[in-house]
Amino acid sequence: MTVTTAAPTPETGAVHGEGQRRRRLALVASKGTLDGAYPVLILATTAASLGWEVAIFFTFYGLDIIHKKKHKKLKVSPLANPAMPMALPSLVGALPGMTAAATAMMKGWMKRSHMPGVGEFLDMARESGVRLYACSTTMGVMGIGPNALLADADIAGATAFLDFAADADVSLFV
Amino acid sequence: MPDTTLSPTTAGADAALDCKGLLCPLPVYKASRALDRLRPGQVLRVECTDPGSLADFPALARQRGFTLLSVADRDGIQVFHLRRET
Repeated sequence: MTVTTAAPTPETGAVHGEGQRRRRLALVASKGTLDGAYPVLILATTAASLGWEVAIFFTFYGLDIIHKKKHKKLKVSPLANPAMPMALPSLVGALPGMTAAATAMMKGWMKRSHMPGVGEFLDMARESGVRLYACSTTMGVMGIGPNALLADADIAGATAFLDFAADADVSLFV
Repeated sequence: MPDTTLSPTTAGADAALDCKGLLCPLPVYKASRALDRLRPGQVLRVECTDPGSLADFPALARQRGFTLLSVADRDGIQVFHLRRET
């Protein structure tokens, strides 16, 4: 991304002048679900499109989003999710097959709306220079080796992420 | 990866991008990449149908230092002209 050198607009001062650092977005992705992954990936690719520096710290179940195999199989649960339009009583939502049905439904909405899948969004993020940090504690606790993760994920602890986030303009925990 | 190829030149623009039927973040993502490929002073025309783009394209222009030359919203289609300045 190029640093823009145009004059700041008076209303927001959003555009950075020459020599100023780029804006930064620091995201923590803690959920390994389809509905947890999309907001993270949408915000990251959008911020990169705006010329911002972006880093995502994938921690706990969020690590599944950059897991080579699991990122293709993220699911959405109808349980404890009264917003799901399936309108199922919780007990029915707990039946086998209901998570698969809810996941298929969400993937259907995404496809119908021409939204990229998780893998495609990850490609967009990497191509836009988004940094992917894999939480080393999660890897240790869950027994996930570096080879299980996407090759361009950087293994890091909270310190490295906070070092990036300390200078962030926007920090979000998802 | 979404297709980011540009349509042939349209009147009043150096390149055109059809984002009809696409939702956030694709119109901004594609427009940003398309403008990266233009030279300073060149204009990109973008057509959208996501009503959020009426709020998003002025924000993209502010953030990236593009000039939003025009916004039109007719029959559910939003048309933007953005000029790359630097």
